[in-house]
Amino acid sequence: MTTENTNDNYILNVSNLTVEISNQPILDNLNFKIKRGITLAIVGPNGAGKTTLFRALLNLVPYTGKIEWNGKMKIGYVPQVLSVRDIPISVREFLSFKNESESDIKAVLASVGLDSEEVVDKGLATLSGGQTRRVLIAWAIVDKPDVLLFDEPTSGVDLDSEEAIYGMLRSLTAKNEITLLLISHDLHIVREYSDYALALNKCLVFFGESKEVMHPATQKLIYGEPICKEYGDIHA
Amino acid sequence: MLDTLIFSLVVAVAVGVSAGYLGSIMVLEKMALVGDALSHVALPGLALGILFGFNPLVGGFVFLFVSAVLIWHLGRVTKLSFETLVGATFTLALAIGILLFGDNLDALEEALFGDITQVGLTEAVAAVLISVAVISLTKLIHRKIVLGLISEELAISKGISIARTNLLYLLLVSLTVAIGIQITGTLLVGFLVVTPAAAAKIVSTNLSRYWTLSAIFGAISAVSGILLASYFNVVPGPLVVISGIIIFVVAIIIRRRLKITS
Repeated sequence: MTTENTNDNYILNVSNLTVEISNQPILDNLNFKIKRGITLAIVGPNGAGKTTLFRALLNLVPYTGKIEWNGKMKIGYVPQVLSVRDIPISVREFLSFKNESESDIKAVLASVGLDSEEVVDKGLATLSGGQTRRVLIAWAIVDKPDVLLFDEPTSGVDLDSEEAIYGMLRSLTAKNEITLLLISHDLHIVREYSDYALALNKCLVFFGESKEVMHPATQKLIYGEPICKEYGDIHA
Repeated sequence: MLDTLIFSLVVAVAVGVSAGYLGSIMVLEKMALVGDALSHVALPGLALGILFGFNPLVGGFVFLFVSAVLIWHLGRVTKLSFETLVGATFTLALAIGILLFGDNLDALEEALFGDITQVGLTEAVAAVLISVAVISLTKLIHRKIVLGLISEELAISKGISIARTNLLYLLLVSLTVAIGIQITGTLLVGFLVVTPAAAAKIVSTNLSRYWTLSAIFGAISAVSGILLASYFNVVPGPLVVISGIIIFVVAIIIRRRLKITS
């Protein structure tokens, strides 16, 4: 279960985290710690357990081991897939599920680079992929979280918008001192926009500075046969 | 006679508004046929009420309520969809209901098609009170349900219990269907849950309009059905359905004319 830790250096301390679904290990004995305010990218091949790690951090799946947040954390979460196609819901209505203040909604839309007057009354299903991701980021930060978990921030977005969205995420998290954990498949993006990378392949196979992910040796660790490592004393 | 018509219209507004509003969620959940099928589950309860001399609507509600809880529980245990479970339950209920009615064909016809001549002050007051309760409770959960539809993970991460919300929702549907049976009978009451909301959805670009129009279309369908039935001296159920279908067709035309996209 999630418990609190008094050690101020770390915002999150994960130890011996294991998740099994139908007796199949999805995550096996993860150990890592991260510091406040960093951006940590979670990488790994398909089925490596990246989204499951987020689900465990959010207490959405049963697990064994320990997930210790440092104090009461407000955690924002943005899933990869939203089913809005068949729902007549406006951007204003969507954001008001979390925060009903009109001025906060306008401010948060402006902060993610959207023209509030133009989009606030539009149907969520009518927005472009890039606009939708921006609204999702607005959704995640509108109640001022301490930690943001973002699953594939730019899925369904063209390349030009992708860079813009990551740039915006970086400035938003720096300005608001948000610790960002993001899942990404794109190692170039990981190198450019995150401080540290954590690679999963059921177990932890790499944990280090993001600039290292482009090294062939690191890529072999990430995408090769899994060689599980203990990173309990190494931290980001 | 005039009293009966007035009481029937009161019940029609109450049922139309609550069925339309509840139905708007059902249409979003793609469970429209669940509302329709669930209504038939009331049949054995109605039969027991007639057989043992208590208010058949109470019997109908008890059967709906118990079935809703059973379906909800089986859904959690078996992971089967509501549609599958309702499909199995309603055919069983229909079979038991027909057996219980036996050769009392007048009562069976009344249960299947409704009978507004039985509607009095008590029924009208009960319908209004139940409708107000249903609408108030639905307002408490409608945003939770929509968030769960957009992303179950988002909803759970906000501390919403989807299972509990669904259970409350099924119970509210049971209550609404039970009072709606008076007007349209078990055979057609599902219509009031489905079609007004479907018509509202195709002309709505946001939730508040969608919810409001669903309720309004429900009320218009039910009231105009009763008035037409009174004028032509026929049972109201089929005319409620025809009124609702006219609204649905007009909504399609409006959507095309105004090029509404949602």
